Amino acid sequence: MSMSSDPMILLWTLAKILVIAVPLIIAVAMYVWWERKVIGWMHVRMGPNKIGPFGLLQAFADVTKLLIKEIIIPTNANRFLYFTAPLLAVIPALAVWAIIPFDNGAVLSNANAGVLFLLAMTSLGVYGIILAGWASNSRYALLGAMRSAAQMISYEICMGMALVCVLILAGSLNFTAIVEAQAGGKGLFDWFWLPLLPMFFVYYISGVAETNRLPFDVAEGESEIVAGFHVEYSGSAFALFFLAEYANMILLSFLAPILFLGGWLSPFQGWHLGWFSQPGWWWLFLKFFIFATSLIWLRATFPRYRYDQIMRLGWKVFIPISIAWIFVAGLFKYFNVVTIGH
Amino acid sequence: MKRVTEYLKSLLLLELAAGLWVTLKYLFKPKYTLRFPMETIPRSVRFRGLHALRRYPNGEERCIACKLCEAVCPALAITIDSAPRASDGQRRTTRYDIDLFKCIYCGFCEESCPVDSIVLTDILEYHMERRGENVITKPQLLAMGDRFEKSIAANRAQDAAYR
Repeated sequence: MSMSSDPMILLWTLAKILVIAVPLIIAVAMYVWWERKVIGWMHVRMGPNKIGPFGLLQAFADVTKLLIKEIIIPTNANRFLYFTAPLLAVIPALAVWAIIPFDNGAVLSNANAGVLFLLAMTSLGVYGIILAGWASNSRYALLGAMRSAAQMISYEICMGMALVCVLILAGSLNFTAIVEAQAGGKGLFDWFWLPLLPMFFVYYISGVAETNRLPFDVAEGESEIVAGFHVEYSGSAFALFFLAEYANMILLSFLAPILFLGGWLSPFQGWHLGWFSQPGWWWLFLKFFIFATSLIWLRATFPRYRYDQIMRLGWKVFIPISIAWIFVAGLFKYFNVVTIGH
Repeated sequence: MKRVTEYLKSLLLLELAAGLWVTLKYLFKPKYTLRFPMETIPRSVRFRGLHALRRYPNGEERCIACKLCEAVCPALAITIDSAPRASDGQRRTTRYDIDLFKCIYCGFCEESCPVDSIVLTDILEYHMERRGENVITKPQLLAMGDRFEKSIAANRAQDAAYR
């Protein structure tokens, strides 16, 4: 089937992409506002409260400011790579949303190899960061890019192993199938977080590291290397990095519920609580909101890890746990300890 | 044994959980933020802010050009010239300048003044827009006194019992 043979399919797909991408970009803006607000509250401050009701339009004001600012290119920067890097960061961050299901059937592409596509796209994001650091021709940026590369490669491994555990149990690489495999009469005790509890934490913490968020933000490290890989970027180029980072955070907050907490399934499924036991997209968005807020919570609480501590955590704690738990998950599967699906 | 418990403690992220609990408690605490232009903190009656020259109730200016304030000023912020007044020959200031950049707001001028003329009001919100505006002159000081006489007098009356 070729796309061009039917322009309606093309238009329809384009419309679906817009329906996902535009709310995503608005969600990034609202997420920035929510982050500043929650961090403010945890600092016993109020956070932005001047622009719009409750400061809601603050993020839009910031975006406007960024877009009209001048883009300054370092003299010795590699111009081609300098401008390619933010695109390389933002395109995978947006493309990966094609395979994220929001409800049973509410997905742009119900790909059977969804998990593989996810791994491919999230790994591509690091190239944007490395190229940004290298093409800027700045020491700080290069240091940030190197740190980011080492960190992302380390945590990609345990993240991949956590995904392997999930797909051993679910028996599928398709996200919809993974969520449906967590359905059952015991509600939230049928979800994968219970048999894969250590991997749930490994996945979540690796995800935080993968998105370069505190306490793993050595790639930015304001107090040490100014802004790390994007120190030489200004205006809309910086805005793209910003967009990519927050889109990835939102992605992580969607993936953790989908993989481990039953996606759009109700935590009270099979408990006969009427409406509360029904699955629906609102459950996924509620879980997303909790995870998204928890990322902010982590940022407000923890200082930055030291670089060697990050490496130690990744290689000497997470990877051994992951390898051990892959065998445990295999045993669960082999002896049918975990019920899959209804 | 101790090493094992230490290892388990760090593996189970107990200390991190304790930290998260602290920030969670602070999330719901009342906020300290003061929405400044709309809200202000209560100010002491002894607050030493912008200067003013006061008058007697009959409208006569209090300052008699004794220059005690000029002499006591540790920052040399006050400059006074004096001459007999044309109308009745009383000794009065012809010039009374205070350089707000030099002033350290110690309040010695107010302490030294025998006629309670120069005072420090409780006004702390002011700014200069042009070079030279930091030097405030006698008419400006008198105008300040006229404008805020009520609060100046009230603050001094409230503080009088403790001086």
